[in-house]
Amino acid sequence: MLFKNYNPLDKKMFQIMDENSNIKNEEYMPDLNKEELLTMYENMIQTREADLKALMYQRQGRMLTYAPNIGQEAAQVGSAFALEKKDWMVPSFRELGAWLTRGADLKMIYLYWYGNEFGSHIPEDLKILPVSVPIASHLNHAVGISWASTLQGKDEVSIAYFGDGATSQGDFHEAMNWAGAFNTPTVFLCQNNQFAISVPRGSQTSSETIAQKAVAYGMPGIQVDGNDILAMYVATKTAIERARRGEGPTLIEAYTYRIGAHTTSDDPTRYRTDDEVEVWKKKDPIDRMKKYLIDKGYLNEEENDRLVEKCGKIAEEAFKYVETNGKTKLDDIFKYHYKEITPQLLEQMEEYKEFLNERGEL
Amino acid sequence: MTTINLLQAVNLTLKQEMARDQRIIVFGEDVGYEGGVFRATVDLQKEFGKDRCMDSPLSESSIVGVGIGMAINGMLPVVEMQFMGFSYPAFNQIISHVARMRNRSRGRFSVPMVIRMPYGGGIRALEHHSESTEAIYSHIPGLKVVIPSTPYDAKGLLAAAIRDEDPVIFLEPKRIYRAFKQEVPDEEYIIPIGKANVVREGKDITLISWGAMMREALKAADLAKDKGISVEVIDLRTISPIDRDTIIESVKKTGRVVIVHEAAKTLGVGAELISIINEKAFLYLEAPPLRVTGFDTPFPLPQGEHHYLPSPERIFNKIMETVNYLT
Ligand SMILES: Cc1ncc(C[n+]2csc(CCOP(=O)(O)OP(=O)(O)O)c2C)c(N)n1
Repeated sequence: MLFKNYNPLDKKMFQIMDENSNIKNEEYMPDLNKEELLTMYENMIQTREADLKALMYQRQGRMLTYAPNIGQEAAQVGSAFALEKKDWMVPSFRELGAWLTRGADLKMIYLYWYGNEFGSHIPEDLKILPVSVPIASHLNHAVGISWASTLQGKDEVSIAYFGDGATSQGDFHEAMNWAGAFNTPTVFLCQNNQFAISVPRGSQTSSETIAQKAVAYGMPGIQVDGNDILAMYVATKTAIERARRGEGPTLIEAYTYRIGAHTTSDDPTRYRTDDEVEVWKKKDPIDRMKKYLIDKGYLNEEENDRLVEKCGKIAEEAFKYVETNGKTKLDDIFKYHYKEITPQLLEQMEEYKEFLNERGEL
Repeated sequence: MTTINLLQAVNLTLKQEMARDQRIIVFGEDVGYEGGVFRATVDLQKEFGKDRCMDSPLSESSIVGVGIGMAINGMLPVVEMQFMGFSYPAFNQIISHVARMRNRSRGRFSVPMVIRMPYGGGIRALEHHSESTEAIYSHIPGLKVVIPSTPYDAKGLLAAAIRDEDPVIFLEPKRIYRAFKQEVPDEEYIIPIGKANVVREGKDITLISWGAMMREALKAADLAKDKGISVEVIDLRTISPIDRDTIIESVKKTGRVVIVHEAAKTLGVGAELISIINEKAFLYLEAPPLRVTGFDTPFPLPQGEHHYLPSPERIFNKIMETVNYLT
């Protein structure tokens, strides 16, 4: 139904809750109870607090380069909330909210940005791939994972996250093409945050929407208000269910905005105006959901303050852990390239250890 | 025992391995219905069905990238690059992900896939169809690079590559795909990855090569034998990781070494071998280690390729230069 009603060439954007927190599209209202709505909201708050703390630590010189998520919490949490435990998530690098929603430990994520590969060691019970830095290359992995699910008769769907800039890469097109041709259970989730570092969306492509690219690959595409967590949840859930039924891939464009910098090494004032940012700040996905929950009587200001404080504490604790345990162990540098270490690597490691040993540094 | 060529050995091994392990899946451009442009995968689809051996879209990055996802999710992809020269669109996937996934995820995810590529010159082909850039892949930590030089080796090495828990770049010297036949056991066997093969023992000089060049190296060794020179011939078999022990042991015995590869000279695998020899056996050397290689040019088109490819005569000359050093 949803995808039939939203032809991506019509340039309509799917929304359930508008910027004033009013439900505009009652017929698509998801069947979520109070507890679930509050969990979603808490995931957004945890993401925001973890983000703010990370930025603060970075400015204090205690954290390395970091990619902030502020403004994109609804796109991430809403979509990830639609996944089941058995499904696979194939992230890019700006998906803190999606990681947390799926149950990843913030310590692990902080550890990665702290500069220790062990942050990419995903625990066995989580089906998430590590951060992928080369833009768009991971989209093919998501296709492979879900195709393998089909061939092995496993009831799993995969979702790949990427930005608007990624749609300029060959790998985006190869992955979409393959998924379409093989009808794989893959959801492509583009967070169109309007910029790839300093390059605006309009310079990446002359397609009017990202969603309409789906047409060329023979799959449904939909542009969703990425700051509307309910719409993000519903669109993703519909795509996932479709994939589960064997009906193939979907492209979702989450139309959103990156409020902060690309990364902590970037200065966005060089390429965009404060006015533009102000307009988007008024559409803050967290404010929107908060007002909705308060109007519903599910939340009050005092509870909200307590939640924010709790999430801030969790982030502080996680970072404290990372700061005391975050040094890479020497053996770890050599240990994981092959199932068994090669004689060459073993020799290099031993020679270096001897060097350190002689200097009393081991 | 059956008497087969290298291509048939590849095909036979794929069949046996696919029958042995349901997780193995073969795909690439034209490999399904047609059985590959060289027919290495012929009959696999007929025997195992379209889900086990299939035609992919014409998209190298996806072939490898999709393979990565499948490997992570419990399958064993054996993918084909139609020619080594067309593996470059997949370079990013191979280097950024295949080679690194185990390290990146600190052991949680590995990519136990085999990437087969017909490689090398001497078949009078178009541009991009004669690449021998094994050094590029050998430089990448996390990959293993294997090159057979006979049907027997192709069978044992490919089986080992498929069973290896690390990703293997399996380079098939297409010049000798059909050049000769050999008796190959019907039953399964493994030739360990990372071990070189002393093809012929000798005491005056060590000659090291791999792939299609092994045939030229052996002819050159025969020419030297006629002059009373005893040549130890080593087939490297695995380009990464290199079997240093076999090489060092041989050089310590002979004191002289010539390396033959058809790839360009500069920063080729020969340079690495000489470095290893200098590090580990310098005092045993009676002459500087020398190389016979292709030139630092793209592989020439058919009218020029005989100049480029090391010939038995060029190799023989280098052997004599080494043997006569300072005498
Ligand atoms: C193949 C590749 N080229 C360049 C880069 C450097 N780079 C990192 S992020 C980025 C912009 C990505 O933009 P987008 O896909 O829109 O995602 P966003 O950062 O906005 O979330 C670039 C150019 C990269 N990581 N990979």
